[in-house]
Amino acid sequence: MNSSESKTLSFWEDDGRFSGIFSWIFTTDHKRIGILYLYSVLSLFAVGVVIGLLMRLELIAPGSTIVGAQTYNAFFTVHGVIMIFLFVIPSIPASLGNLFLPIQLGAEDVAFPRINLLSWWLYITGLILILISLFTGQGAPDTGWTFYVPFSEYTTTNVNVAVLGVFILGFSSILTGLNFITTIHRMRMPEMKLTQIPLFGWSLYATGWIQVLATPILGITVLLIFVERTLGIGLFDPAKGGDPVLYQHLFWIYSHPAVYIMVVPAMGVVTEIIPVFARKHIFGYKAIALSSLGIAFAGSLVWAHHMFTSGMSDTAVMIFSFLTFIVAIPSAVKIFNWVATLYKGSIVLEPPLLYALAFIFLFSIGGLTGLVVGSAGTDIHVHDTYFVVGHFHYTIFGGTVFGMFGGLHYWFPKIYGKMYNKKVATTAWGILFIGFNVLYFPMLVLGIMGMPRRYFDYLPEYQLGHVISTVGSWIVAVGLILMFYNLYRGIKKGEPAGKNPWNAATLEWTTQSPPPKLNFIKEPQLTRGPYDYKGIEDDTQYQ
Amino acid sequence: MTHNTSKDYIGAKIGMWLFLFTEILLFGGLFVLYSVYLHRYPEEFHLAGQELNVYFGTANTLVLLTSSFSMALSITALQKGNKKLCMILLTITMILACVFLFNKYLEWGAKIHHGIYPDSPTLLERPKGEIIFFGLYYVMTGLHGLHVLIGSFIILIVLILVAKNRVTSSDFVAVENTGLYWHLVDMIWIYLFPLFYLVV
Repeated sequence: MNSSESKTLSFWEDDGRFSGIFSWIFTTDHKRIGILYLYSVLSLFAVGVVIGLLMRLELIAPGSTIVGAQTYNAFFTVHGVIMIFLFVIPSIPASLGNLFLPIQLGAEDVAFPRINLLSWWLYITGLILILISLFTGQGAPDTGWTFYVPFSEYTTTNVNVAVLGVFILGFSSILTGLNFITTIHRMRMPEMKLTQIPLFGWSLYATGWIQVLATPILGITVLLIFVERTLGIGLFDPAKGGDPVLYQHLFWIYSHPAVYIMVVPAMGVVTEIIPVFARKHIFGYKAIALSSLGIAFAGSLVWAHHMFTSGMSDTAVMIFSFLTFIVAIPSAVKIFNWVATLYKGSIVLEPPLLYALAFIFLFSIGGLTGLVVGSAGTDIHVHDTYFVVGHFHYTIFGGTVFGMFGGLHYWFPKIYGKMYNKKVATTAWGILFIGFNVLYFPMLVLGIMGMPRRYFDYLPEYQLGHVISTVGSWIVAVGLILMFYNLYRGIKKGEPAGKNPWNAATLEWTTQSPPPKLNFIKEPQLTRGPYDYKGIEDDTQYQ
Repeated sequence: MTHNTSKDYIGAKIGMWLFLFTEILLFGGLFVLYSVYLHRYPEEFHLAGQELNVYFGTANTLVLLTSSFSMALSITALQKGNKKLCMILLTITMILACVFLFNKYLEWGAKIHHGIYPDSPTLLERPKGEIIFFGLYYVMTGLHGLHVLIGSFIILIVLILVAKNRVTSSDFVAVENTGLYWHLVDMIWIYLFPLFYLVV
């Protein structure tokens, strides 16, 4: 049995029709596409981090420290565009989702393998366009990642190319979502009932719907920016009868749901990790599955809470503020279910669980500060201050990115067939967690003190907070380097990990590590639920 | 072990319908703008709407509806195994698409000839509501025209696939999905036509 299994080529070795690099960039294997996405998004993450570090360095003292105002404007715009559109939105679904969704469903591939490849190529096209926008024309875009009118219509920097890049990235995201929805409906093994889909799949399902339904609005919005800049139609220009606030509405109709595209898959990852390391069935399977859909639905109705100070009517402000509070309910349902799963579990503190716990802690701070900005009265005070910057990074870096790191540490042995050094991984996690709070907590305080966001200069009384935050950015950088170095060493020199190092119960752990090209050597059998750990330890002893 | 090459018919349809949702929402953003500005400038929209040529619009509506009919017939023809008829009907659909675009070209050309195009001096002298009306007119019919153009290319591609027997009476989902796309393009026009030519 073992000898015949070891002869099956893994997806890393099985090149298929092409050879060399072409066996990767023209592959239709969901795992190889997942790896392409994983390496692409992590590279862009590194670029975004470097720009973030430079911004923090600039802010270590008042006045111009390393760059001037215009360069700083380009920094925060490019940091935002890269991190949001090139890293966070595709991050978990396109990399870990592509790698594991089909295997968790017991399928050979996604529903549309060629469209999957097209989606990666569109991603690369969008990436190239955005890079072009940085280095050609009259300078990198300086509008902020929101491209607000009227400034974005009149700035002479290279906004045209950047918005086309964003349009194409949106197309790529839509195709991933469309593919996953169809895959979950059509490709799962016939005996797998809806309530037997791993919850990671449910979170990708909810995410897929947001991607399909919200992203086209971003598409038309950035196209309108392009058309306004080239033809001057005036749909958002008050001099020609247009209304700039309408732009903000259109932009946030996508961009608020987009934060759920970012965070819901991370919630799915956390939901996979927690029961495995608590050795307990997930608490409230149906509630967690439905809360993903609940977040997707309610999250689509709250966009105008970004616009409380834009001059909307008070009625609109009240309604959107109320709806914003509603989103907290499904999010809290998830948090309580995770905590209930941990309660009286036999908890094993391995690195993936540490990241999941960090997610719960940091995302809770992010979520609760979200209620401060979501309630109309307090928002007037903290709108466009560092409080918003802190809140956002607590949810997206503390949430999505920690969730992704947790997923990387959880699925690493399955992807590479080897195990990283767990002690170093734990140390790196500790440094990251401390550095994260040193970096972002002062921002919440600075914001309440009144420090506006997007300023490259500030009054002396804000300096202490900025210095602490900048030091925090260095600690985070050290943690990131150590974490990635440890994973890299694991790929090169790690111990063989075996089929199921965490004794998990979902289907990807029943196949060899790394999985073969068609995922399973024999037809997979659904012998247990995704969180049913009874007797799993015994199985692994006899392998 | 070889890949299972049998196609998932329902899966292909689900994928297409999801894509159609995205198209509806893409235009949805523009319909939102239209409704807000109609509410804000009802009189200017009324006056500007009078200047559009209802005969051009009606002709184009008939052309597009007929093309949807021939598209639907071509699917049935292929399902019944009549490859030749299917190809003739697809060609008719494509020709009607070109007639639509030519008509649109004449209509736009006449407007541009009168100095009414985005950012033109003549247009900028008019009331703000009319600037917005014509702005929306060009953006929405322009985006729709682009979809007609893309649609006719797709029809051309499936026509070639049918000719090469890559799409057949037992595996006709490509033609059916093209038909779905074409009906969507048609349907968007069914909303654009009254909004610009009739109700204002």
